[in-house]
Amino acid sequence: MSADLSGLTFLDRPNSYIGRSVPRPNARRLLEGRGVYVDDVAVARLGHVAFLRSPHAHARIVALDTADAKAMPGVIAVVTGPELAAVCTPWVGVLGHFKGLRSAPQHALALDRVTWVGEPFCAVVARSRAEAEDALAAIMVEFDPLPAVVDMETALESATPPIHPELGDNLAFERVLDVGDVDAAFRDAAVVVEETFQFGRHTGVCLEPRAILADWAAADGMLTVHHSFQAPHMMQDILCKHLALSEGAVRVICKDVGGSFGIKVHIYPDEMATCALALMLKRPVKFVADRLESFQSDIHARDHRVTARMAFSAEGDILALDMDDLTGIGPYSVYPRTSAVEANQVVNLTGGPYRHQHYRARARVVLQNKAPTCQYRAVGHPIATMVAEGLIDLGAARLGLDPFAVRVRNVIPDDAYPCAGVSGIKLEKLSHQAALAKLRAMMDYDGLREEQALLRQRGIHRGIGLAAFIEITNPSAAFYGVGGARISAQDGCTIRLDPQGGVVAAVSVTEQGQGTEGIIAQIVATATGVPMDQVRVISGDTQTTPYGGGTWASRGAGIGGEAAWQAGKALRGNVLAVAGAILQADPGSLDIRDGAVVDAATGTERMPLSELGRIVYFRPDTLPPGVQPEFVATRHYVPKDYPFAFTNGVQASYVEVDTETGFVRLLKHWCVEDCGTVLNPLLVDEQIRGGIVQGIGGALFEHCLYDAEGQLLNGSMADYLVPMAGEMPDIDVAHVVSATASSEIGAKGAGEAGTAGAPAAVVNAINDALAPLGARVSRQPVTPDVVLEALGLI
Amino acid sequence: MKAPDFAYARPASLDAALALLAEHGEDAVPLAGGQSLVTALNMRLSAPGLLVDLNAIPELAGVSEDEGVVRIGAMTRHRDVGTAALVRERLPLLAAALPHIAHPAIRNRGTIGGSVALADPATEWPACCLAAGATIVVRGPGTERRIAADAFFLGLYTTALEPGEIVTAIEFPVPGDGAVWGFEELSRRHGDYALVGLAATGRRSAVGLSDLRLAFFGVADRPVLARAAAAAIEAGDLTGAQAALADELDPPDDPATRAATRLHLARVVLGRVAGRMRDGTVKEETSHGA
Repeated sequence: MSADLSGLTFLDRPNSYIGRSVPRPNARRLLEGRGVYVDDVAVARLGHVAFLRSPHAHARIVALDTADAKAMPGVIAVVTGPELAAVCTPWVGVLGHFKGLRSAPQHALALDRVTWVGEPFCAVVARSRAEAEDALAAIMVEFDPLPAVVDMETALESATPPIHPELGDNLAFERVLDVGDVDAAFRDAAVVVEETFQFGRHTGVCLEPRAILADWAAADGMLTVHHSFQAPHMMQDILCKHLALSEGAVRVICKDVGGSFGIKVHIYPDEMATCALALMLKRPVKFVADRLESFQSDIHARDHRVTARMAFSAEGDILALDMDDLTGIGPYSVYPRTSAVEANQVVNLTGGPYRHQHYRARARVVLQNKAPTCQYRAVGHPIATMVAEGLIDLGAARLGLDPFAVRVRNVIPDDAYPCAGVSGIKLEKLSHQAALAKLRAMMDYDGLREEQALLRQRGIHRGIGLAAFIEITNPSAAFYGVGGARISAQDGCTIRLDPQGGVVAAVSVTEQGQGTEGIIAQIVATATGVPMDQVRVISGDTQTTPYGGGTWASRGAGIGGEAAWQAGKALRGNVLAVAGAILQADPGSLDIRDGAVVDAATGTERMPLSELGRIVYFRPDTLPPGVQPEFVATRHYVPKDYPFAFTNGVQASYVEVDTETGFVRLLKHWCVEDCGTVLNPLLVDEQIRGGIVQGIGGALFEHCLYDAEGQLLNGSMADYLVPMAGEMPDIDVAHVVSATASSEIGAKGAGEAGTAGAPAAVVNAINDALAPLGARVSRQPVTPDVVLEALGLI
Repeated sequence: MKAPDFAYARPASLDAALALLAEHGEDAVPLAGGQSLVTALNMRLSAPGLLVDLNAIPELAGVSEDEGVVRIGAMTRHRDVGTAALVRERLPLLAAALPHIAHPAIRNRGTIGGSVALADPATEWPACCLAAGATIVVRGPGTERRIAADAFFLGLYTTALEPGEIVTAIEFPVPGDGAVWGFEELSRRHGDYALVGLAATGRRSAVGLSDLRLAFFGVADRPVLARAAAAAIEAGDLTGAQAALADELDPPDDPATRAATRLHLARVVLGRVAGRMRDGTVKEETSHGA
């Protein structure tokens, strides 16, 4: 956070909205049911598409007869994979900076082979979705089932056939990192602990499922796409490439989006097919995923098995960490971000809060016949955090040390920054020591330990779990751009002052319910001096906003917010230059506050913005000679000092385990985190809480279950258990503020910290509760089955 | 998913509804609260030609008492069953079961008759009927049948209902002196289908429990009356009762929960419920609203 010549930061501006819990401007509209989601967009001649999806994990399509379906009532078209391929070219989900990453060409509709249950291979467009589904039932298909690769543990064995024969085997990517002298460190260690951690496959469940409406207007050569999506410009670029259209011929609009969590930032075959169908049929076509096909075809995440060991000195110093990660990603690496990122993050992040110097990691990414996995909230973080934090608790127990003390002893000290983590990650400024100290007081750690001990005497088994973590936010081009992905790392904001003194701000970062537009409005109001209720924010439209990356990887506030701040400052400068000319004053002596030009020193009003707007727009003839007002300003921003703005935090969980039923009751959860400048405490705290709840989902509830043949066994909200309010604990959130010096606003991301640390905190708490019984769990989700097995009761 | 086309009728009398069902045979399905049927339609698991909506037939809803029997109309909503003063006073078992039935929106719409006719083995009302010795009153074309709950639930979604018949009411005998009851359900989240549930009734005296009826749900293809376990508890042998469940229950082995887990949990639940009934203690229940 930088200060101006007077030594004041933007926080000191007289009408600053920064750091205040101002309400989100769009909240009321959404609460009143006036949101415009894709399914709310009404267009004439709309065709509804439904997809025939594979019932097999792996099969050859021997015969496909669509004649009967084409004759069904209301049917506009029935299109097969080969027919669609004439319009939409295939893609391969690899990137240059993941050396050796391999995948196979993937088509919008499978051509002659299906590779997971739920893969689309034929489309019906009809007057209604119901009629399209009626016609699906009339399509005749003959499959020749092929061996399915289901278990990632055996995917690499020579007896397992490769899913894509041209690749030779099922290894998509492998990374090995070896830093320091790991073998020597383990040899000399006082204590070595080892554990195998299993992370169930789960997914992000959005209130609004994936949805897309593509409208091809042949007359003016424009494909308009309404899309429930996070990155409109990325989608525009990819549609151009695969549908052979120019940039100007594709407009992607992401109006209201009902949740995303990383689910809506990938290229999906059914969505590409919908756009291709609009081109083929020269009419609008809409696809809205229902809940079953969401579970079958949204990206999944996690599905890792990590075997890891940690070496300690007798005093409790972490000496070294050695881990092996295996993950199954489905039959294709997902386009364009690839499915190698999660494993890569696990390698980069595991043990990241700590100061050990010896680290070895191997990650293997294997193909399998299940739904593709890709980036979902806190990519890799919960895995990395669980591995290190689980091992630390094991080590502390073996050494007879308090787990809190072991963490305090080992974190990188707050005065050591800037520095590099053991995996090579560059860290600007973190605050582990301050965060741990704050957490200890906030949760009354010592009091809680006393309570735990007392209750144990009464046979009540409570546990306390801790998890320190780091989080990747504000990515630069190092994330995707350097690998060749055309995903913008920079973002922009254009602000226009209108005659009555209000402003319209168009931003390239996007809103999916987390409050991006609210943050932008706060920043714009603060920077321009215009009251927040006179700021309108436009986002999610490739045609009306600056070019940018959208919202993912906790980048909306830190990157889009800085662009808005710079644009606001520039506009204020432009406005004051004109005001100075009219008022015959030095523009430097003026400021804008609360919608009026004022004398900066005294705050005395000199001219309301509405008067300035009247002159500039309607009586420019009265302006002094040579004055050309520019009441529009645009600025862009991309982080350049560091590849990522790392944040840090620590969470704690307090649980009670019913040792007869294996049920876990969450009593309380705490999080202290450091996302730099807190722009809006209310939004940040709710991001943290929501993230924690999603993390708890992975730890205890959510699991995409497949049988040995690769059939997805749970595809509804009744049997895929999302975390619900009734089971959630109260969550206390506090902050340490280490602003990044990379930007003036100093904000880092806050969207994923909760998810990064919650599973490890909860699982460690469960193990703490089970410890007196000699039981231990390491498989997520921790269901009653898992606990009862650990207790030897079943 | 969208339901295939179907016709819809909303008769105003029971006779008219039965006539429609008779006329259309297997192609017609009665619609009660719709909390399971509408989902099945949308998932295309069921594709009837005609839905006969029972919601406009006033005589099918309501709770009344007559000569030691509480009669609950089939179209009485879950919430109205569990909150009726008569039920809370006479049939506290049902009132205790109510908060475990799904969520408020479903309890406001779903009906006890619909639940009993569907016979999902993991739901609360069928087990309560069994535990309380209820009688299921059904009407077909022109005839009324009265079927004991013991003989009504025959298997997975299978009951003694004949084609063309609908459930019109459920009659519960009012428990007499010394009556005690117990209810416990374990589900992963509040409102989920039971992993294991137990609805129980009996009589307590100075010598112990008698006339025990232990109706387990979620542990077989139908609600199960565990008679051997009940006999063991009446004999004061809880461990024996828990052991007996191995032969009496047939829990499903589903991907999220092993059969062994359900059997273990059934034993835990039995111990807790039987202990409370024996000791006369009522479980402290966090309220999830009616």
